[in-house]
Amino acid sequence: MTSQSATVSETDLQAYVDGMLGEERRGEVETYLADHLQEQARVKAYQEQNRLLHASFDAVLAEPIPAQWRIPIRPWPFFARAFAAALAWIVVGGIMGWFLRGEMTNRSAKEIDFARQAALAHAVYTPEVRHPVEVTAEQEEHLVRWLSKRLGGTLKVPHLIDLGYELVGGRLLPGDQGPVAQFMYQERSGKRLTLYVKTDPSSERETAFQYSQQGKVAVFYWLDRRLSYALSAEMPKDELLKVANAIYERLNS
Amino acid sequence: MADAEGIITHIPHLRRYARALTGDQVSAEDLVQDTLERAWKRMALWRPGSNIRAWLFTIMHNLYVNQIKAAARGLRGNGEQAESSVPVSPTQDDRLELRDLNKALQRLPHDQREVVLLIGLEQLSYGEAAKIIGVPIGTIMSRLSRGREQLRLMMNRANSSAQLKAIK
Repeated sequence: MTSQSATVSETDLQAYVDGMLGEERRGEVETYLADHLQEQARVKAYQEQNRLLHASFDAVLAEPIPAQWRIPIRPWPFFARAFAAALAWIVVGGIMGWFLRGEMTNRSAKEIDFARQAALAHAVYTPEVRHPVEVTAEQEEHLVRWLSKRLGGTLKVPHLIDLGYELVGGRLLPGDQGPVAQFMYQERSGKRLTLYVKTDPSSERETAFQYSQQGKVAVFYWLDRRLSYALSAEMPKDELLKVANAIYERLNS
Repeated sequence: MADAEGIITHIPHLRRYARALTGDQVSAEDLVQDTLERAWKRMALWRPGSNIRAWLFTIMHNLYVNQIKAAARGLRGNGEQAESSVPVSPTQDDRLELRDLNKALQRLPHDQREVVLLIGLEQLSYGEAAKIIGVPIGTIMSRLSRGREQLRLMMNRANSSAQLKAIK
């Protein structure tokens, strides 16, 4: 054995097989292999293994990717749960409404219904990764003008950046008595909240904040003369109340 | 947030690796599905700028190891770890099967198979493989070396037994 060959280690041989050696070292290994036929055969066998692996499995790379792998799966279990919860509420609400129909004024049933619709819209749109809103916050002025026009009122979009929520944008949705606007906000962690707004020209009432838990979604809703608001998020009640207070203040300033 | 496109571009590689690792299509697809589910869920935890490929393969490795452990627990009494139950000297009947590289691969202990595939098939660096599996590079090198040698011996036996049969 020459002194040079003694410096070639098993790691060198493996790295040689994988083409991970620099040019100089590769030359040294080749010189060594030329003198050690058994090692040379072994290295060749390993190279052949790599070739066979590719020959056996590279076809997998070309297989079409199932559609469900391409979309973020995360929102679905949540969405399914939220949807089921919302649906359960609709059923419960329907039954309760039937039994309590004499005792409950139309007004309050309508308000709970409003909270439920807001929660449902929240559950449907917040998991959206690519299209959470129709018009993004970059076109805020256009967004407000468009939704104000469609709702037939003067909407304002409160800024919540100091609370850690950035406006994502908004969309138009169908409601019981006409169009509804939904504004979406997002925290840095990805947590989202939505403000659901509808107009009610006949109403001149103002109400305090009312709270409704719709499945995992907490909703604070209130009436402020001709506009009804519902703020929805998956967060503890008191935390959401702080945001609701801030929104109320900013809408009335 | 991790770039969704970044994850999608690695799906074919995760899939190829899973196919070679598990040796059958159904388990492989399940493994990829579970890996992606977990990846999408944890997208927010992924640090932008870090190696998304290594991150995805790490998720797959952890899921795979959990599966192996669960399977080993299921075997109970005869639950010898694959590591020690490798047939270094396969019986006569086994030999013909070994001509198939896939079958030879499945006879490797899972920890050697992982390393042989991450490096030989997926062409990851030794350092990346060490990070994914969570062991020092030295361990990667010894698993690689042992795994390749085992494969070589199995394939040789398969060849010689095939030749033997041809002569008969």
